[in-house]
Amino acid sequence: MGKTKGFLSYVRRNPALGWGFGILLALFLFTTVGQLFVVRENAYPLKVPVNKPPSAQYPFGTDSQGKDLLAGMVVGTGMTLSIGMIAGVIGLGVGTILGFTSGYYGGIFDTVVKFIVDVLMTIPSYLLLLLIATTVTDPGSMKTVEMALILSIVSWVGPTRTIRSQVLSMKERAFVMMAKLSGMSGIEIILKEMMPNLMPYLAISLAGAVSGGVMGSLGLEALGIGNRREPTLGMMIYWVRYYGAFLRGMWWWILEPVIAIALVFIAFLLISIGLDEVANPRVRRKV
Amino acid sequence: MRIPLSYVLKRIGFLLMVMWTAATINFILPHLSPKDPVAEQVQQKISSGGLSAESAQEMQEALRTLYGLDKPLWQQYVKYLWNTFRFDLGRSIYSYPREVMDIIGQTIWWTVGFGGTATVLAFVIGTVLGALVGWSKAPKFLSALIPPLAMFSAVPSFILALVLIYFMSFKLQQWTGGAFYFPLRGGYSSETIINIADLNFWKDVIWHSILPALSMLLVSTGGWALGMRAMMVTVEGADYITFAEAKGLKNRRVFFRYALRNCMLPQITSLAMQLGTIVTSATLVESMFSYPGIGNRLGTAISQFDYYTMYGIIFFLVMGIAVATFIVDMIYPFLDPRISYGS
Repeated sequence: MGKTKGFLSYVRRNPALGWGFGILLALFLFTTVGQLFVVRENAYPLKVPVNKPPSAQYPFGTDSQGKDLLAGMVVGTGMTLSIGMIAGVIGLGVGTILGFTSGYYGGIFDTVVKFIVDVLMTIPSYLLLLLIATTVTDPGSMKTVEMALILSIVSWVGPTRTIRSQVLSMKERAFVMMAKLSGMSGIEIILKEMMPNLMPYLAISLAGAVSGGVMGSLGLEALGIGNRREPTLGMMIYWVRYYGAFLRGMWWWILEPVIAIALVFIAFLLISIGLDEVANPRVRRKV
Repeated sequence: MRIPLSYVLKRIGFLLMVMWTAATINFILPHLSPKDPVAEQVQQKISSGGLSAESAQEMQEALRTLYGLDKPLWQQYVKYLWNTFRFDLGRSIYSYPREVMDIIGQTIWWTVGFGGTATVLAFVIGTVLGALVGWSKAPKFLSALIPPLAMFSAVPSFILALVLIYFMSFKLQQWTGGAFYFPLRGGYSSETIINIADLNFWKDVIWHSILPALSMLLVSTGGWALGMRAMMVTVEGADYITFAEAKGLKNRRVFFRYALRNCMLPQITSLAMQLGTIVTSATLVESMFSYPGIGNRLGTAISQFDYYTMYGIIFFLVMGIAVATFIVDMIYPFLDPRISYGS
């Protein structure tokens, strides 16, 4: 209870963080608690009358494939977020290991890691994803987990870069020197001395990797690469274009995924602004 | 200003490594996958009813020979690298025998046109706006623009494109009774004849490019403004600004010649870092508008199972970004004489 209170009073000084977590929590509740109120099957084609605008029976309307969009949004938002979560967590995990080991130990391993990261920073990750996704799987019937795994092929690059550069500067600090002199091993220093001090940066990296993963999945799915059977947010965009929802004025079908996607990204932006303030309290920003 | 040779050589080496990596990924991935581009293409042709079973077999053999797929792997790889470095990206398999380079040449100018204009405008507007917001003597009402711009910068541009299409094109048409609205799709009206000497053609092209460009512009302006504002706040506290003010220089002069110039460097660095993101968002925005640029062509190639065109376009885009990054790296020493390139 005390911790919650502490968080709430901190959030008052850091409203961006509070709003970010708030929006994310709302989306999370929408997609979890929401499943208790909708029929999950109705998120799939041929279950309800087609092209119905929002009404009492279908508050979010229905699409041209006969999906109930309320059910679709509830299921799809959750799927898209979990794709991003899986890719982000794997990316952060790999990034943490590589960033700490290469930054702390240096040497030839560091040179190799730095080189690969530099090359991959030049090659846009989206194009790489496009290449991998269309070549190694069957575009159109990819499993949701496959999508997340493919995204994690690129999601480690950003975290590795951020963490490595933080480790490089922290390595020279007095308390790390002290720990080294007192005979702590490298692993111990990384885990006990550096990791706790870099927590805010790890959190920023996670937020970046998750939103990068969501972004990647949306980009692929908007072109129809992904699981066309599942109602993920990106696939909804694909079907909106496929069925020409614009020409038929089906505003509900267009705006619902757009609003959900915008909320996801705004939440991550606010969280990273908020975490930035946790990491560098001296740089008080006034957004 | 002299740039050390070692710096130049290092950058050239890096550029070559990026090219080699991209080319190798492009070569290896298809060979690792269980898929067969030729067989898949022939399958597509059969299912669309254009081929009989025997002629399909024949076509498959012929295509294999044409693409050199019957040769040993290492020969294919050497040939592929050699061709790639001569900018010969092979031929499309969907619309054989069109060369991929030819397809790129036809579409790239559309992308450069709207994407380049949007990027330059966003960079200039965002930088100046951010500088003014960070500058304490500028009008205060400008800072009201920052929160909405920050919100826009969080949303992917192709998502914003959908909103613009809905409101500026479809809804505007309804509200004005069809009198005034932006085009829904395409790069020019279907009844316009492509003639680069004709002014009306250009008017039509610009008219069609407004919404795609706007969706990129609105998204990226905020990012530039935020970065610039943060820099400006730091620079404004610097001693040389205080000194310039103490000398009695006009505010305008201090702003442009002392503060703005020193804030520009990180902006240009991040422009180089952002090139990949810009190209990515341009490709997706094009797909949303069915704009005749290279990004939309890439989407079409994917939906046509035209793997060779797809690999070619992706390789070309990666190259474009790598070369642009290289150019920025070469210009950078001239912009910032303080940096030493010795080590």
